[in-house]
Amino acid sequence: MTITAEQSFLAETARKQGGFGGSAGEIVTDDVCAWFGGRLVLEGVSLTMERNRVTALIGPSGCGKSTYLRILNRMHETVAGAQLAGTVALNGTDVYDPTQRAVDVRRQIGMVFQRPNPFPAMTIYQNVLSGLRFNQIKFSNPDDIVEEALTKAGLWNEVRNRLKALGGDLSGGQQQRLCIARGLALRPAVLLMDEPCSALDPTSTRRIEQTIGEISHEVTVVIVTHNMQQAQRVSDSCAFFLAGENEPGRVVEFGATDFMFNSPSDPRTNDYVNGQFG
Amino acid sequence: MTTTATRSVPEASEPTPPDGPRKPPERKRIRPRDFKPSDTALVGITVLSAVCAVWIIFDQLTLLSGVFGFIVVTAVVFLVLYYVLNRQLFGRRVAADRATGALVTMGVMCMIAPLVLLVGYLFVKGLHLLSWHLLTSTQNKVLESCPAGQTCVQPGVFHAIVGTAEQVGFAVLIGVPLGILTAIFLNEIGGRFAQPVRVVVTAMSGLPAIVAGIFIYSIVVIHFGFSGFAGGLALAVLLLPTVTRGTEEVLKIVPNDLREASSALGAPQWRTVWSVVLPTARSGILTAVLLGIAVAIGETAPLLFTVFGSKVTNWNLFNGPQASLPLLIYTSVKSSQSSDVALGYTAALVLFLMVFTVFILARILGSPWLGRTVRSRSNQRMANAAARGVGGGPVN
Repeated sequence: MTITAEQSFLAETARKQGGFGGSAGEIVTDDVCAWFGGRLVLEGVSLTMERNRVTALIGPSGCGKSTYLRILNRMHETVAGAQLAGTVALNGTDVYDPTQRAVDVRRQIGMVFQRPNPFPAMTIYQNVLSGLRFNQIKFSNPDDIVEEALTKAGLWNEVRNRLKALGGDLSGGQQQRLCIARGLALRPAVLLMDEPCSALDPTSTRRIEQTIGEISHEVTVVIVTHNMQQAQRVSDSCAFFLAGENEPGRVVEFGATDFMFNSPSDPRTNDYVNGQFG
Repeated sequence: MTTTATRSVPEASEPTPPDGPRKPPERKRIRPRDFKPSDTALVGITVLSAVCAVWIIFDQLTLLSGVFGFIVVTAVVFLVLYYVLNRQLFGRRVAADRATGALVTMGVMCMIAPLVLLVGYLFVKGLHLLSWHLLTSTQNKVLESCPAGQTCVQPGVFHAIVGTAEQVGFAVLIGVPLGILTAIFLNEIGGRFAQPVRVVVTAMSGLPAIVAGIFIYSIVVIHFGFSGFAGGLALAVLLLPTVTRGTEEVLKIVPNDLREASSALGAPQWRTVWSVVLPTARSGILTAVLLGIAVAIGETAPLLFTVFGSKVTNWNLFNGPQASLPLLIYTSVKSSQSSDVALGYTAALVLFLMVFTVFILARILGSPWLGRTVRSRSNQRMANAAARGVGGGPVN
């Protein structure tokens, strides 16, 4: 009985997920460019985010990291006057294919924002299940899904006795982990994180980093961060974005994190990761 | 150096027993800006001396008269006295602070006074007739004038309560969903038509009530005759802009983060609006709806030639003239019969109590604690439904 419920959930999720497949995914982008109101802000980004790896996007403010991240799950197009070029492929399927619906892509590629944003009118329990409800995915064992997602996000032990409390009643760090749990409950192939710790204290930051390490076994993580130590601690590979004056942002260098921090081939990368500028 | 704040010097902490938590010693607590009993006494003394001084000037020296003038002069004298006193006692800064505070408080009193007077007047004029009989009977078979020595049927307002409830209820039924949908269109969907629609809604909010009445009269009443339905339509026209503007303002303050979070979870836009935006704005929308009801329930002008008025209970909203409380008040109070005038005042009291009840109910419904129980219950329902769906035992 148990297995049936679990299997039917998986089958339903997989069906909803269309051609993407169930587990962690690989994102390959080719020559991605972005415009805001006719101004080129990002040019020629070709990166590969490998399956089950954590990729960090680093660089000074205004170099297009967040824009790039939002292009990956088609959130970029929700901004008025935003355009883009290039291809983004998740497990070989073009997410910008005319037959792809943006909502299906976003279900596959979850996102955690800079500021924790749990739904204030919902309880913790409902917040976790919100993604499934929004997508009308049938599920038969809500308690298990909630427990699993919260456990993965490292929040279960703290909230197990107050699941009926409102999401806004949690502390900032807990709210952010609730947002991660909310994303994980949909079993995405990729989880994008846009400076997830910039509004949090060091302890919560540490906790989230730990969470990232744990969930990378199941999802591919792409994280934008301004914190060099954080990039070094959590990521497997690293992309350094930089925008010159009146120039669009470009990727200066992309490689394994160790390599990027210890022996980068570009002097600008070396300067940035060692705090010489930015 | 003058100051009222007495600083407490921390006393030497008492020795704590080795076992058990240390109980902190009791300390003298202060709140620097607290209003102490001595300050209240100061205000009282100042008021008293202001009244006495003005009385001497007004009645004894200058032979002026008039309550209004007395109050105004007293207020001014009080402010001056209060400032001078505080300046002598506590210095300039405190005096300026308190005088300003007193001025603002007087402003608040000026605003509250009309309300209190109005409600008080209603109760004084209307309460003596308020009875169960009045609430349950109509004006049917009530004689124009009651000959002496005869027991006459006392009039009631039941028919008007029924009329008002039905008409306003109908107006809410039509106007509130339309208003909320319009607000959603304006704020969530937008596009080229948003601005024209917004202009129209703004223009509608300035529409004189009588014009709304004429409009409905010319398109409904002329063809189908007087009815509560026509009145409800006219009220809906008046309620729509209030609900729309109010709801739009509330939707504007729902953080955009939440819409983004919802989209990022793969929710279509209608889902985002239904499950995230509207629940977040719930209490604000409720306030907008209440304001709309308040507008609709007190309107008289559009009802004059849409529901027409009646002395008997007409339950049918769609056929024949209906009574309504504002109409009944309007016709009663301008009557030459003193019994009618008294009925009018009581009807006004009933109308006030109806509005008040609706407001209280809405506050309770909109309060966080009830909202929370309702939400967790729906949550429970969801879980129950899900459990029934499986039909299996506990899952490990």
